[in-house]
Amino acid sequence: MIKPMRKISSSFAIILLVAVALFAGPAAAQSLSVDIVGGVKTATPIVVVPFAQQAGMSPLSTDVADVMRNDFNRSGKFRSLARSEIVETPSQGSEIKFATWRLLKQDYIVVGRISDAGSGMLNVTYELWDVNKQQELLGGTFTKPTASLRDVAHQIADKVYQQITGVRGAFWTRMAYITAVGLGDHITYSLIVADSDGYNPQVAVRSHESLLSPAWSPDGSSIAYVSFEDGNSSIRIQNLVTGARQIVSARKGINGAPAWSPDGKKLAVSLSYVGNPEIFIIDLATHQETRLTHSLSIDTEPVWAPDGQSIYFTSDRSGRPQIYQIPVTGGTPQRITFQGQYNAKASVSYDGKQIAMVQGNGNVYRIAIQDQSLGGQTRFISPGPFDDSVSFAPNASMLLYAATDGSRGVLYSVSNDGLVRQRLILADGNVQEPAWGPYREH
Amino acid sequence: MNKTVRVALVALLCVGAAACTKKQEVKPTPPPAAQPTQPQAPVSDGKYTPADLDTDACLRQRTVYFDFDKSEIKPEFQQIMACHAKYLRDRPSAQIRLEGNTDERGTREYNLGLGERRGNAVSSALQADGGSASQLSVVSYGKEKPVCREHNEDCWSKNRRVEIVYTAQ
Repeated sequence: MIKPMRKISSSFAIILLVAVALFAGPAAAQSLSVDIVGGVKTATPIVVVPFAQQAGMSPLSTDVADVMRNDFNRSGKFRSLARSEIVETPSQGSEIKFATWRLLKQDYIVVGRISDAGSGMLNVTYELWDVNKQQELLGGTFTKPTASLRDVAHQIADKVYQQITGVRGAFWTRMAYITAVGLGDHITYSLIVADSDGYNPQVAVRSHESLLSPAWSPDGSSIAYVSFEDGNSSIRIQNLVTGARQIVSARKGINGAPAWSPDGKKLAVSLSYVGNPEIFIIDLATHQETRLTHSLSIDTEPVWAPDGQSIYFTSDRSGRPQIYQIPVTGGTPQRITFQGQYNAKASVSYDGKQIAMVQGNGNVYRIAIQDQSLGGQTRFISPGPFDDSVSFAPNASMLLYAATDGSRGVLYSVSNDGLVRQRLILADGNVQEPAWGPYREH
Repeated sequence: MNKTVRVALVALLCVGAAACTKKQEVKPTPPPAAQPTQPQAPVSDGKYTPADLDTDACLRQRTVYFDFDKSEIKPEFQQIMACHAKYLRDRPSAQIRLEGNTDERGTREYNLGLGERRGNAVSSALQADGGSASQLSVVSYGKEKPVCREHNEDCWSKNRRVEIVYTAQ
């Protein structure tokens, strides 16, 4: 029998329960729990059938279909059918009864199967079908170590996302963020790298002094960040592959706000040894510094335009903080934000068309997106009141930002239209300053 | 009831009345411990000694509070500036670290800048009163080191501060 489709809210409630159950494991102390607070009815319906497992295999710790369902729901572009409403479990195209899924109003169906490839490897085979046309759109097999099963699930989700939307998927990516755990003089700060859905958190740097402003190198190998380990701020680079660490700037005053150039060869930073914070570009090979701004204001939070030709930054030269743009060769900065009393910490989409920022009005600070192609119109994608640190996904379909819940710092991912938000919570302590990493190649 | 007490009572009533008739305008809560308790002006020919850091009413005031997004030193802190500057004059080997802080509103890096601006403002004031630049250093923690963690003006006003830390007496 086919059950009538329930409202989207119940689907999401089930996703929440599944997520909570998944996180009840031993890693809970360092894991992020997941729930979706909004929903969108215009999203494309897709069903991801549980992947069949070869007879005789020991049960796998990762439910590939479940990982994919969460990815699709989080994107805001898709609405995946809840596991409890999946009434049949085909594992290949020839087993799909399309009438069933048409009745459940599904546009697309993903089926798949997992088999043992020997030596700790698995074969994960998937197929994407159009329910109405009864046509296979995509199919393939990943042969990967068992431990990489979540990575495989995200990669399949990316391929499906791209096939249907025409936009490269960004589920198989990572994020960096800072956690602060403890009280008073006993706070431990950690720079953490995790999958973009919050799973698999790994500590990259740990310190008893503040850590700030993680920034990904374009190739995803390194993270630049600000550390107070030596009492004053310094800019450092942590190589995630080799574990090597280097100090890029430890001058008098503020050494802050690192941002990688698109070619990965330079860092834009904010340094105040000249008397007040100014934007500089540091060549990482030669360590040569080039000063870009000259004003008595606070100039900070630089971020590169995708073409590498200009830099956006925060400045209070007009009184309150606003976003400005300056050519990398220097010149007169142009103010680009005019709505809102306070605009700071820009993040630029890959195509340069959208600029996300923290916008403050009165005591309410929310994440706003300014669309450059729409004459600088801004729209809010977060409710506030103390939202901070926004970061675009590499395909700009989603963003990460930091918010405050009670006295606790928490992270959200939000769809570009602001309609689907997913909260990522550390069980204890504050989570802050998320930075979405680049696409992964391996 | 002697005259002094009566005058004081009348003064209190006036203050109360004024406070009541004033519309509840949104004004920042006066920062805590803003008013130095009428510090003893140091004797002009007597020099401060390290012991005074623990006993002198003025020198014991080590926190300067600021208005939102501002770095101007308010008049009520001038006296504190003066006594710490005198200490620096009296003791050339003394060193002060000025730790600038902000409230939680706004981004972390901008607040680093704002905290430094406040630290620099205190440094300038101490130098204007005769302290030497070589005795002063500024570090900004931005909003990273709040003393109060609630989301209201009362708390914010306690966090918008520069702490005067003697690293050498």
